[in-house]
Amino acid sequence: MIELKNISKSFGEKKILEDISLRFQPGKVNMIIGASGSGKSVLMKLMVGLHLPDKGSIEYDGQDYVSLDRNQRSEVRKQIGMLFQNSALFDSLTVEQNVIFPLSMFSPDSHADNLKRVNFCLERVGLSNTNKLYPAELSGGMKKRVGIARAIVLNPKYLFCDEPNSGLDPLTSILIDELIKEITQEYDITTIINSHDMNSVMEIGDQIAYIYKGHKEWEGDKATILTTDNQLLNEFVFATNFLRQFRDKSR
Amino acid sequence: MRFFFHFGRYLLLLKQLFKRPENYRMYWDELFRQMVAIGVSSLGIVIIISVFMGAVTTVQTAYQLISGLVAKTVIGAIVSDSSILELGPTITSLVLAGKIGSSIASEIGTMRVTEQIDALEIMGVNAPGYLISPKILAAVITIPMLIVLSITLSIGGGIFVGDLTGILSAQQFIEGARSSFLPYNIFFSLTKAFTFAFIISSVSAYQGYYTSGGSLEVGQSSTKAVVYSCILILLSDYLLAQLML
Repeated sequence: MIELKNISKSFGEKKILEDISLRFQPGKVNMIIGASGSGKSVLMKLMVGLHLPDKGSIEYDGQDYVSLDRNQRSEVRKQIGMLFQNSALFDSLTVEQNVIFPLSMFSPDSHADNLKRVNFCLERVGLSNTNKLYPAELSGGMKKRVGIARAIVLNPKYLFCDEPNSGLDPLTSILIDELIKEITQEYDITTIINSHDMNSVMEIGDQIAYIYKGHKEWEGDKATILTTDNQLLNEFVFATNFLRQFRDKSR
Repeated sequence: MRFFFHFGRYLLLLKQLFKRPENYRMYWDELFRQMVAIGVSSLGIVIIISVFMGAVTTVQTAYQLISGLVAKTVIGAIVSDSSILELGPTITSLVLAGKIGSSIASEIGTMRVTEQIDALEIMGVNAPGYLISPKILAAVITIPMLIVLSITLSIGGGIFVGDLTGILSAQQFIEGARSSFLPYNIFFSLTKAFTFAFIISSVSAYQGYYTSGGSLEVGQSSTKAVVYSCILILLSDYLLAQLML
């Protein structure tokens, strides 16, 4: 479980996040939604340790990440898998080399065992027989799936996904969403997804937090997101004419 | 003020290179990859510039020494000493700053803007250690080798052109070169080679590592890497000459 307690972050004079407290449960897909520039990407970077908060604590299973030393943080990071918005695959390495990289770096197992694990992960994301391809030879959806394979190769306890559907067609988005959901439940991972794709939220979101201008505006599950009377959340969720008409008809 | 900010950040980045590697074998493999990328791939350009450097210096020295009172062997002495002291280490390093410096800065800069460095850090890898230290080490190992090769080829180019054009025979050239040869000059030349190798690789890596933005900024970092490396090479060239000669 990951728990954020009263997190605040500023860059210079600009306040980005203010007093955010959230709890993310294992085995569930936890979604952080919000408009562009609302601070959700910064919140994710704080959680994975790329930035440190000005105030507050980030607890991984009760262990405050902020107060850990460099080596202890490194240990926590080995339990984290992350899928980046642009996949962030290493351009100079093949698919196989990308996925095996964390294993080669940290696993004491032999290369043959590591290779078995890589093949298992690639098969799990539906990309067997792509081992020797380079990222430049892959489509956007395939890159995301390689990113997921690399993120789960070390059996992480926590999976972070930064806008996993950005730049993908609707069908591929659904495939990626389903894959993330399945992996979360299969391995009991605490998954946190940063998104503004409402289809994704409604398809796979278990717990949802809405960030508005740097503070937590709303928190709940997907059953209540459509019926909430929170004005700001409603404006965000029903931003398109299509969804507004759908809501009005269903009422 | 801005200079102190960058200098401080540069030193802090260098400090991170001395952390214990997560996996020595991975760093070792990366070192060899970088030795190929930095050293082997620069062989062609170094061979071409070195031969022409020696050849041109021979022709121009002969042009400036048209006098029956000066022995032709002096040309060999001047060309060989110039190649050892200045042409080999400095000119080769300036060319390598353009080739290797821009490559290091753009590679690391692209990794930064495409979040590949973030990916490494989230995995728990010391990104500066893994990305930069093998490059610096590879540069410090291979660039002095390239410079020794450059000096040899520059002298060789001088001998070849001198003999071919009838300026002086190969024997006269070698006689002149041997008469003025000081082993200390080799030591001085190698000191410059190590210093320049460190400057090229570390300054370029620094520029790449702190790139922010997109492809435009990667290009700017690459340009800065070459410009600052060249300026620092010339500055340290002067300081080393002042201190050691």
